Amino acid sequence: MTAARFLRDPLAWSLGAFILLVLFMPASRPLFAALFPELERPLYTQDSFLALALSHLALVAASSAAAAALGVAGAIFVTRRAGAEFRGLVETLVAMGQSFPPVAVLAIAVPVIGFGAEPALIALTLYGILPVLENTLAGLGAVPATVRDAARGIGMGEGAILLGVELPLAAPVIVAGIRTSTIINVGTAAIASTVGARTLGSPIIIGLNAANIAYVVQGAILVGLLAVVLDLAFDRLVARTRRWRDP
Amino acid sequence: MIELERVTKRYGAMVAVDAVSLAIPTGAFCVLIGSSGAGKSTTLRMINRLIAPSEGMIRIDGRDAASVMPEELRRRMGYVIQSIGLFPHWTVERNIGAVPALLGWPAARIGDRVGELLTLLKLDPEAVRRKYPHQLSIGQQQRIGIARALAADPDLLLMDEPFGALDPITRDALQAEIARIHAASRKTIVFVTHDMDEALKLATVVAIMDRGRLVQAGTPLELLTTPVNDFVRDFVGREDLGMRLLSVEKVAQRLRAGETAPGEPISAEASLRQALSQMIARGSDRIAVVDAAGRSRGVLHLADLVRQ
Repeated sequence: MTAARFLRDPLAWSLGAFILLVLFMPASRPLFAALFPELERPLYTQDSFLALALSHLALVAASSAAAAALGVAGAIFVTRRAGAEFRGLVETLVAMGQSFPPVAVLAIAVPVIGFGAEPALIALTLYGILPVLENTLAGLGAVPATVRDAARGIGMGEGAILLGVELPLAAPVIVAGIRTSTIINVGTAAIASTVGARTLGSPIIIGLNAANIAYVVQGAILVGLLAVVLDLAFDRLVARTRRWRDP
Repeated sequence: MIELERVTKRYGAMVAVDAVSLAIPTGAFCVLIGSSGAGKSTTLRMINRLIAPSEGMIRIDGRDAASVMPEELRRRMGYVIQSIGLFPHWTVERNIGAVPALLGWPAARIGDRVGELLTLLKLDPEAVRRKYPHQLSIGQQQRIGIARALAADPDLLLMDEPFGALDPITRDALQAEIARIHAASRKTIVFVTHDMDEALKLATVVAIMDRGRLVQAGTPLELLTTPVNDFVRDFVGREDLGMRLLSVEKVAQRLRAGETAPGEPISAEASLRQALSQMIARGSDRIAVVDAAGRSRGVLHLADLVRQ
């Protein structure tokens, strides 16, 4: 990649901006002091921003990976002959779950599991399954019946048809579902600091409690930028899965 | 040799295929014909076990098809369908090489075979092998579909209305292609259509089906000259009967050897129908006949066309 192309690539510079902000947020103390002169402590210092960013990313990565695995596996299961009878049940659960706001999932998780990163991880995973499952069902359903018929007719086994034909053809829609799930999780992980997980949401929650707007801004900028970076990265991934359409 | 023995398929109370018995000799071009819902596709799809028969037995070269793993059975039979069903996310090369890949051929051998088949189907291997199906015309896609079916050199080719979605010119070209491939390879072909002209053009054996039953099976000429009932008589066409009779016989069968006539000659392998068309177009009652090598074979007279 040439320097010029690198500069024109929004993923590259938004990722660069995120990393720079995480590393050099402490250096911005004079800026926030000037913006919010009434605040005694204009910079969040309870944790390093790097530690917050890493634990936020770890929470999102773990919950989204688990959600993607469970969602794809669940959709595959109910579209096979053995799991077909569970399809109605699963689809009802998906529809019900979608009407639940992610904050409510966190609120329910605490009394059941307690405070800390664990309830956050479980809540994020459960909520993240839904878009993946729904999109995987849609993607597999959109594979043309004639292609499946031809695949069986030339002697491909069920496993080879799933891995070689159905999943690759459904991939753009599946990846779009994982993208939705991950982006929601970036935001929900911020709120998860209310249940005791250390994330980029911590400055926001503490700032709101202590009427410290500077903390809120510092946390919000990083969470927002992280969502942008991940969204652009998924854009790239979706394009890869459909490269055959316009080679 | 494919033998169907009282093969029946029921869906609930509906009988899709009703006790069909048919023997298709090795090397035959067998066309299953009938109107929609006659059970011809169902019959075809029972041969490669995409549909399981409710009753009866299908033997392939003497062996019960039900005793072979369905995937293994299908890899030994080419399969071509009307909707083509190429894998849209695979290149032409990978599509054609699908069955050889399943059979574990080395990559170099698959590559050679793909080139060979593209040439056989009159496509430029270097121009199309790395293309995706959506970059090709429908006619080219069905050529790839046929190449995919031929890839592992199967003895048997199953074709389910393969040319039904093509325009007339492309259809004629592909009919000629499949006739040429059949003549050169002597593969057994089972071909489903509802187009009588297509059946007469291609078949060595025609099997007419109606509401799940086999009504009559025979050579095209037998069907035209000795239909077993009114259904067959209607199906082969009362009005077109004469022209269809001419279409199933070749010029070679009626020519007068040793004579010569002026004008552009016609191939001895052409149908009598084509010869008649030429005579009318030229306003002539005789036409010179040559063989494939261009040597004079004799003359075809108009009067000989009406002789039974």
